[in-house]
Amino acid sequence: MSVPSYWREMPQRYRLEAARCLNCGKISFPPRKICPSCKERSFETVQLEREGKLLTFTIIRVAPSVFTDQVPYAIGIVELKQNVRILCQIVDCRLDEIKSGMPVSIEFRRVSEDGEAGVIHYGYKAVPKDH
Amino acid sequence: MNRDVAVIGVGMNHWGELWEKSLRDIFVEAALAAIDDAGVDHIDAMYIGNMSSGLFNGQEHLASLMADYLGQSPIPATRIESACASGGLAVKQGCIEVMSGMRDIVLVGGVEKMTDVGTDEATFALASAADQTYEVYQGVTFPGLYAMIARMHMEKYGTTREQLAQVAVKNHYHASMNPMAQYPQKITIEDVIHSVMIADPLRILDCSPITDGAAAIILCPLEMAHRFKNHIPVKISGIGHATDSIALHTREDPTALPATTAAARKAYKMADKKPEDIQLLEVHDCFTIAEICVLEALGIMEKGRGGEAAASGLTWLDGKIPVNTSGGLKAKGHPVGATGVAQIIEIVTQIRGEAGDRQVDKARIGLTQNMGGSGGSTVVHILEAAQ
Repeated sequence: MSVPSYWREMPQRYRLEAARCLNCGKISFPPRKICPSCKERSFETVQLEREGKLLTFTIIRVAPSVFTDQVPYAIGIVELKQNVRILCQIVDCRLDEIKSGMPVSIEFRRVSEDGEAGVIHYGYKAVPKDH
Repeated sequence: MNRDVAVIGVGMNHWGELWEKSLRDIFVEAALAAIDDAGVDHIDAMYIGNMSSGLFNGQEHLASLMADYLGQSPIPATRIESACASGGLAVKQGCIEVMSGMRDIVLVGGVEKMTDVGTDEATFALASAADQTYEVYQGVTFPGLYAMIARMHMEKYGTTREQLAQVAVKNHYHASMNPMAQYPQKITIEDVIHSVMIADPLRILDCSPITDGAAAIILCPLEMAHRFKNHIPVKISGIGHATDSIALHTREDPTALPATTAAARKAYKMADKKPEDIQLLEVHDCFTIAEICVLEALGIMEKGRGGEAAASGLTWLDGKIPVNTSGGLKAKGHPVGATGVAQIIEIVTQIRGEAGDRQVDKARIGLTQNMGGSGGSTVVHILEAAQ
């Protein structure tokens, strides 16, 4: 990943910045220029709440090259409280403890290292709650 | 002007790891076979479905290159990209050119040369069909995305591990009768459920392979078809095309394929057909779970009951609605951009009665469904015997 694109995406990766439609209230993550529900073009910036539940998941055993040293790892779809979904890794637990429907919180973590631009990539991952 | 379109020629290679042949070799081989099959002495225009010759071969500007090597410069040639649905979309664009009256004889091809790079690079190229910024960045793969769909389908509807396996067993059985298939070996449920895990619950025998291959068809106005070789003319009577979010997680129900449902609705309407009129289908079984979800989205199976299709025998060659008699992506192979064109070839071959051991009795109406990524684009065609 190039340095400009990494820099550009920091508000989403680091702070979960999303856009709330000023007409219908729908939250888009990442932010959009036009609301997919009502076609409104005015938004305010909001941060996603970091609580949600796991909808579905898988354990990746054959990974893209930058993730090869992490296999096996879990990745899943998380539904956050504001009815927004994100896809991310599930960490800080045993793989056999992961279940669909489990509550998770979203935390700031290292995602991958040594990209083509030589930077370490950070972002969000899900951690099971009450764990 | 709005003319009916006929498929008057088809051609493809024996798909596989074709190390001795180049990207241009395999395309030209399939295109020449289609030209000979049709008996045309020239073509007026060409469309080529190709997902990523840039990443697989470092080669863009593909349409002009292929027109040149096919000996057809200076005809207009256009490359079409919609990830794994590139081939199906090229067929649609070729049909529009003929229907509109712009050109009469149009070659539609599809090609992908995937084994010039290693598995890592091929995985990277294929992953570019997903959302690079919000899916791929996190470490997901295509088997991973379909694995999440599979887990959800199993937990929500009770679809079983064995039902997934039956899709692969069926499609390999069909491929055993297709001389062009990459993997004609028959397999068992046991083979599938004990094969290497790729992304739980999907194992290697749930996944379509990496393939080199090309496919080509010749289109012309139906009213002109009698001028060429004496094949049963096959009419493309329905065309549907739709898009959706390419990021799986943003879809309301990740087990549904709204783009497939929307594309099918348009194709059924245009052809004046209902799901129960369709006698055989070629669908996008990039993973076993995909065939299950696609049959539901097309209205062939009830929502949630797609797993019963292969398991009950319904979609086998001798069943009521044979699905993927070619072997499908799973066993015939999946050279991404060629797949949608090869699906048309299988239905045409069946309607002509030229499918040999895998011939479906009295095949007259068939449907193809070609899908990009995890469902972000779909093209559906309905084909019928024109006499």
